[in-house]
Amino acid sequence: MAPLSQQSGIRPDVPAADRSERLRSWNPADFPVPIGREEEWRFTPMSQLRDLLTEDASAVVGSGSVSVEVKAPSDVKVERVAHQGAQHDSRLGTVGVPAERVAALAFSATATATVLTVPQDTQLTEPIVVRAHGNGSAGADFGHVLLQVEALASAVVVLDHVGSATYADNLEIRVGDQGHLTVVSLLDWDVDAVHLSAHHIEVGRDARVVHVVVSLGGEVIRTTPEVTFAGPGGDIELLGLFFTDPNQHHEHRIFVDHSEPNCRSNVNYKGALIGEGAHSVWIGDVLIRAGAVGTETYEINRNLLLSDGPRADSVPNLEIETGDVASAGHASVTGRLDGDQLFYLMARGIPELEARRLVVTGFFAELRDRIGVAFVTERLTAALETELQRATSS
Amino acid sequence: MSVLTIKDLHVSVQTDDGARPILRGVDLTIASGQTHALMGPNGSGKSTLAYAIAGHPRYEVTSGSIVLDGDDILDMSIDERARAGLFLAMQYPVEVPGVSVTNFLRTAATAVRGEAPKVRLWVKEVRETMDRLSMDPAFAERNVNEGFSGGEKKRSELLQLELLRPKIAVLDEIDSGLDVDALKVVSEGINRVRESGDTGVMLITHYTRILRYVKPDQVHVFSGGRIVERGGAELAETLESQGYERYAGLDLASAGSN
Repeated sequence: MAPLSQQSGIRPDVPAADRSERLRSWNPADFPVPIGREEEWRFTPMSQLRDLLTEDASAVVGSGSVSVEVKAPSDVKVERVAHQGAQHDSRLGTVGVPAERVAALAFSATATATVLTVPQDTQLTEPIVVRAHGNGSAGADFGHVLLQVEALASAVVVLDHVGSATYADNLEIRVGDQGHLTVVSLLDWDVDAVHLSAHHIEVGRDARVVHVVVSLGGEVIRTTPEVTFAGPGGDIELLGLFFTDPNQHHEHRIFVDHSEPNCRSNVNYKGALIGEGAHSVWIGDVLIRAGAVGTETYEINRNLLLSDGPRADSVPNLEIETGDVASAGHASVTGRLDGDQLFYLMARGIPELEARRLVVTGFFAELRDRIGVAFVTERLTAALETELQRATSS
Repeated sequence: MSVLTIKDLHVSVQTDDGARPILRGVDLTIASGQTHALMGPNGSGKSTLAYAIAGHPRYEVTSGSIVLDGDDILDMSIDERARAGLFLAMQYPVEVPGVSVTNFLRTAATAVRGEAPKVRLWVKEVRETMDRLSMDPAFAERNVNEGFSGGEKKRSELLQLELLRPKIAVLDEIDSGLDVDALKVVSEGINRVRESGDTGVMLITHYTRILRYVKPDQVHVFSGGRIVERGGAELAETLESQGYERYAGLDLASAGSN
């Protein structure tokens, strides 16, 4: 049985000196209800979080509005385990501990968790698809997925999110030594969906992980990937694509905690924003601890503003506690569509709308091609096409 | 036969300090099959003329006209001008990340020709044209102008010129930054386009070197935003030996009158 609460002893109203010292707990009551001034929540539209901010966390029960379906090759062990507060499966909560109230609430209020295990040395040839389907945004619902890719195994996992929901969940990912995982969270919700998702990722010794977030739909979508390393030589690539429409909030908060030697992390998020009230947030926190010698890390966020009105907040943050890093860097670029690129294409007879479409598609192409999962690439291409048509016809 | 007629063209460029007049009354007529060399010192307004013809938004036509076969070009958007048969090979072609040369060429050809070219014929046409320009086939898979060398950019402009077959092609310093071998390849490309007889070429250049390979029908000397002298191919030879110095006075005179 995993411990239900694990606190660092820091009072929640005192700002933590860095990301690693924050209060962590599975019990929502350990966190005060946030008001939006906390560092963690300062960019999030708190008034739109509905029942996810309920005062009395102990009374919260999931509405059952989100159904989760798993399609997996037969090599994969798929379990649906009962999960209620102290009665949960001991494997749950072992990868990462929530650092904020909503993720803790999701942990305590989830009724059934999904555990997926790719056994040691198993090479999957087909992707695992976990499809969360929301049947309405009226009551809040909660979820939990534990994904274990054992040593020497390799897998591709797509977490597909569609429909309408008010949803908070935890995703725990453990990749064993020399394991390979590509995991894609495709957030293709209806326009009224609110989804707060805490990802906890543990990268094993010499393991390689590609983690992708694709934020397309929803009203408020917030994904917080946190990465730890369980041994030296781990490699994680954190990729993100988002297309943020008017009055849409897409937030990505990344924390990579380098504690092991000779690991590599590469963060690359790209977003296009259009219209009044479109708001994207990208926070890239990378911590290199004293023991993490030989670390190689780079993070970049690029945002493309397709009209007047959108706002893109982009905050890279690198903390280095060792003098022995291989390389470390970050960058953030937010700009408008390049007029010279449009001129060049149009001077070859290409109409303006088509030229804009080419430039924006090209902007995302580098990341799209790196995902390398046909199922996702096709969905992404189709979704971008729809977004661009909407964006250029308005 | 097509004719591009430029009459008394005045153009200002948008700068941070407001509009600055550059062209001060340009008259020029080019018919398909002809080659006109437009020569002049840096800053004389040659590139401004090229951009004004193509319709770059930074350049404002304050008076005068540009007409292609009776149609007023100035009423057209950038892409409409290209579809009407104008082509500008740029001095500094723009990088377009994530858009492959193949995709770009096919999209442009579809727009200019009014229908998508038949796949098999198109692939052959592109491959043969690239071959004539001594371009590696792998080039087609790269992103437009991204990481291209100076020579590769110019060949890529020539490739587009040959595939889009415009009525009038404006080549803005297509010879700049090329070594002799690349200059020959590019010149041969221009000559192929000329020999078709369907395209009129306006060759904008600072140097006379390219005119050894591409013989112009007419040479126009540009200075102070106007054409100050016209002549045949022999004028280029005079310029080669005497330079632009003797036009400097005219430069001052026209600048002073404004």
